[in-house]
Amino acid sequence: MSSATGNKQAAAPASTRAKPANKAEAAADYLDGRLGIYSLAKANLRKIFPDHWSFMLGEICLYTFIIIILTGVYLTLFFKPSMGEVVYNGSYAPLDGIRMSEAYASTLNISFEVRGGLLIRQIHHWAAIVFVAAMFVHMMRVFFTGAFRKPREINWIFGFLLLFLGFFDGFLGYSLPDDLLSGTGIRFMEGAILAVPLVGTYLSFFLFGGEFPGTDIVPRFFTIHVLLIPGVMLGLLVAHLILVFYHKHTQWAGPGKTEKNVVGMPLMPVYMAKAGGFFFLVFGIVAAMSAVASVNPVWAYGPYRPDQVSTDAQPDWYMGFAEGLIRVMPGWEIRAWGHTLNLGVFIPLMLFPLVLVAIAVYPFIESWITGDKREHHILDRPRNAPVRTALGAAWISLYLVLLSGGGNDLIATHFHLSLNDITYFVRVGSFVVPVVVFFVTKRWCLGLQRRDKEKVLHGRETGVIKRLPHGEFIEVHAQLPQDKLHTLTAHEQYEPVELPAATDENGVARKVGLVTKTRAKLSESMFGEHSQIPKPTAEEHQEITSGHGHH
Amino acid sequence: MSHDMSDDKLPAHGAAHGHGETAVADNPFADPGLPAHLPRRTDIDERAANRAERQVSLLFVLSMLATVGFIASYVSIDPDKIVYIFPLGHVSALNFALGMTLGVALFCIGAGAVHWARTLMSDVEHPAERHPIEADDEVRADVIEQFKTGAAESGFGRRKMIRNTLIGSMALVPLSGVVLLRDLGPLPEKKLINTGWEEATPATPIRLVNMNTNEPLKAEDIVVGSLTFAKPGPSALRPAGLQESDEDFQQAIAKDALMLIRIQPEDIKDDKSRNLGFEGVLAYSKICTHVGCPISLYEQQTHHALCPCHQSTFDLSDGARVIFGPAGHPLPQLKITTDASGYLIATEDFAEPVGPSFWERRA
Amino acid sequence: MKKLSARRRHPLAALVVLIFALVAAGGLYYAFAPAQAAQADSSSQSLEIEQGKRLFAVGCSSCHGLNGQGSSMGPSLVGVGSAAVDFQVGTGRMPAQQPGAQVPRKKNIYSQDEIDQLAAFVASLGPGPATPTKEQYTATETDAVAKGGELFRTNCSQCHNFAGAGGALTQGKYAPSLENVDPKYIYEAMQTGPQNMPSFPESTMPEKQKQEIVAFVRYQANEAPNPGGLSLGSLGPVTEGLFGWIFGLGILIAIAIWVAAHTTKAKKS
Repeated sequence: MSSATGNKQAAAPASTRAKPANKAEAAADYLDGRLGIYSLAKANLRKIFPDHWSFMLGEICLYTFIIIILTGVYLTLFFKPSMGEVVYNGSYAPLDGIRMSEAYASTLNISFEVRGGLLIRQIHHWAAIVFVAAMFVHMMRVFFTGAFRKPREINWIFGFLLLFLGFFDGFLGYSLPDDLLSGTGIRFMEGAILAVPLVGTYLSFFLFGGEFPGTDIVPRFFTIHVLLIPGVMLGLLVAHLILVFYHKHTQWAGPGKTEKNVVGMPLMPVYMAKAGGFFFLVFGIVAAMSAVASVNPVWAYGPYRPDQVSTDAQPDWYMGFAEGLIRVMPGWEIRAWGHTLNLGVFIPLMLFPLVLVAIAVYPFIESWITGDKREHHILDRPRNAPVRTALGAAWISLYLVLLSGGGNDLIATHFHLSLNDITYFVRVGSFVVPVVVFFVTKRWCLGLQRRDKEKVLHGRETGVIKRLPHGEFIEVHAQLPQDKLHTLTAHEQYEPVELPAATDENGVARKVGLVTKTRAKLSESMFGEHSQIPKPTAEEHQEITSGHGHH
Repeated sequence: MSHDMSDDKLPAHGAAHGHGETAVADNPFADPGLPAHLPRRTDIDERAANRAERQVSLLFVLSMLATVGFIASYVSIDPDKIVYIFPLGHVSALNFALGMTLGVALFCIGAGAVHWARTLMSDVEHPAERHPIEADDEVRADVIEQFKTGAAESGFGRRKMIRNTLIGSMALVPLSGVVLLRDLGPLPEKKLINTGWEEATPATPIRLVNMNTNEPLKAEDIVVGSLTFAKPGPSALRPAGLQESDEDFQQAIAKDALMLIRIQPEDIKDDKSRNLGFEGVLAYSKICTHVGCPISLYEQQTHHALCPCHQSTFDLSDGARVIFGPAGHPLPQLKITTDASGYLIATEDFAEPVGPSFWERRA
Repeated sequence: MKKLSARRRHPLAALVVLIFALVAAGGLYYAFAPAQAAQADSSSQSLEIEQGKRLFAVGCSSCHGLNGQGSSMGPSLVGVGSAAVDFQVGTGRMPAQQPGAQVPRKKNIYSQDEIDQLAAFVASLGPGPATPTKEQYTATETDAVAKGGELFRTNCSQCHNFAGAGGALTQGKYAPSLENVDPKYIYEAMQTGPQNMPSFPESTMPEKQKQEIVAFVRYQANEAPNPGGLSLGSLGPVTEGLFGWIFGLGILIAIAIWVAAHTTKAKKS
């Protein structure tokens, strides 16, 4: 390094780099020579992020995921993923002398003997509940603002897979303590697998290592829960974040904001402090939650036994809609030729992924309908895409109706209703409610669009009432400033695609395929005159504002 | 797809808007450009900035104190100690103390950092340019050319034998992985069809043993309106009967558990069911035919049994017919009678598999 | 008091006063005549039945018939025993107020003495489970809670929930919460099987096991601490999900709004 050695090895060319000013720079130089960090940092150190609270939903997901990994690693130090039977002699007296699996006993040990173990368990579980909820809200934010459009479709899929895997990893984690509640969940899973035609029994025996419950399921779930799924999720998460950096964040329309720029504050220092600080805020809140509210009190459930059960047997909230599907499905069963097809279980099992996939494929359907191949970085306000917004709202309403089906017993006891009536309602409601919500939401969006147009053309109401010389009272409207006018008119409006003329230029009848016709129909229903209010034009504005004194 | 449809209907980006100040005069909706930065109090008032600095530092100090509190709580509070805290109720003192101190320690770091960023770091907004993701045509053509050269040099397309055998070997090699999964578990065979009652014959009956007392049950023990759970008593395979300490207790009880009720014989609507019982004592499988929850919410007046998991409802006075919910068939009923001493016995297995339906189940 | 004065003119008011007077007289007689205890006991018992019969005629007979033989409105009470009366009247379920899916627990309007009289009358109609004594429903062994827990999970939690919080049954019926229920009533409910609850008679669940279940319910539904914090109703994942959404995600989003919001600008110059 020093010039002293340079004399002996005169052949080595001297570095052209300036001498480092201090130790830190020297260390950075060392790393740059091996990792190329300067080039990396050049593009990213002052990377611009726009400010909006809804852009931080993804950060909640990221941070709760990190919290889950940190606490999960701690829990593995004490948890014994074994179904070997033991007789409990720990400090929780109400289970003294009871037979249970080592998995359950070690969970009790974490909760009662390991100092802080209960806290870490609760942080792990609360963080998981918030993690999935945040992913859900984050996904809906992306959906309603159209942030899934080109170039972000693949990142949408990565995010969707993270949500889907999050569901399953949560379910597996809930199953590990081998308490009465989680065992009932696993029993349900066995029943669901058995309902698969042809291979169901084989799948079940391979999964459980024999007959239910056997002694293999907890150790197998443990490996999947702590290694396989988190590993895949970590990979997807890194890819998701790299793409966020690569695409640069979307932004809301506003003065100075275009499709060709992103306006905000730099990563260093503002976002390092804000995003870094937000991690501690999230962790702090989850820790405080775990201090004040009990989650999954496994000691109260008792150990799992296949002949015991407690009412209020539900999965964690995110699996609740699947629970609803299962509960409200009529008991259809086909028995023929010595075989049984349990449709009452198999149909909900198939609908479960379909409900989720319905939202996942939407971006591709929309881009096919619009035929738009350009990049989009300015977000849509939900009202400016009424059909998309209405579809999203309808999907959420379906999810909620099914969720209420999954909690029908608790709704029955807490609102003094009949369990059976709620089930009938959910059966009908899962078809009717989304349709109603669709039309109401679409109408609502159009109303908001009209109001925006009104504001642009006539200004905002000032609340000042003026009496005109001839006695009429009017409310004075004030013109919006230019930045507001720009923001309210910045959105694009598609026109419905038109079918090509019935005959071509030679007068020969043109064959129009079914696909083309469908696309035109869908396009008409999304962007036709009943689905959007034409935004005000400069001419309209000119005309109205030139007639002064008119309100 | 639909190449015959032109995409010229697409609105152009910012078509209605000029960009920058030149267009502002003639277009009221034009983008006026980024607004000028306005200073915050802390930008112009040194005293406000100093106050913000003290606030941030205070938050960091609070965090330090909370961490000290965390360690002190860990060392000094007994994990069994329960305290009353309004409005939480009687909670673990250690859990509450650790959670709150950890929460405060973390929250204050975050709050301090964000407050610092919001008050003291520059809040000037900068625009950064975006570049299209797509490569330009020259790069695209170059890459395609390179790929073609590479493909041609490999001879992959030309030497068909190599190509086909490679595809063949790649398609076969994952089979090893699939085969390796075979030993995950045994084959189902008859395991789902037979239960612990299968040893029962008229010559070697199996007694019904009370789940609560571990004693064999007599018919007169089961009174109208009562609910009793039972398991198999001694048999050739299990001389002591099914016991909780048995190695395979969990697997066995998942199929063998019984729910015993008694209905006045004249109230039993189903003749077959009445005959399977003994003087109105009926023995149904406790395992739901939907997905296998132990169904035992027995309403003694209506004779309905409800499953707590998915609310399948069975009419136990009518051969456990499904009257509501997602279950596809009735609960199996075990044929019972009494032996010479008056104990309830089974002399044969269930006539059909218990628990959830599966493909190989014969109706 | 208002209620009492309103009922003063009730046709049966005189009868009630008479009954009270008789009870007082009987009590006095009993107190001052210890020498003839045995004889007095049997006569006081028949007196109790007599008084119970009158109370029954007023409060119960319109549904259960004058002699408890039952009618279309209410079941026969022959052979239900004194425990059933003590449970039904003591928990306020009887007399029922209005028809519905299930008769709810409500404020009891009889004194324990009156309940005993009613119970004595109904017990005299036919043999049935007797009101338990305190020794019968109080467990003495230290491992009673653990044993009771296992019995509870086999026999009770399917309807009453793992913590005795109660649960839904079909068509608007429900298994009630066991929180703050007197141990005697828990015991009696198991003995007699009120409404749609099945009974757990001595023949299949001996007294000692009922004691253990009572001990567990007392512990789990009333005394058990919630080490982790708020119990959220002990209703399992549904309320946890609600809490996670509203408090967890809700607070985090509120914080996100603060983090992302632009700091207030100094006054525009």
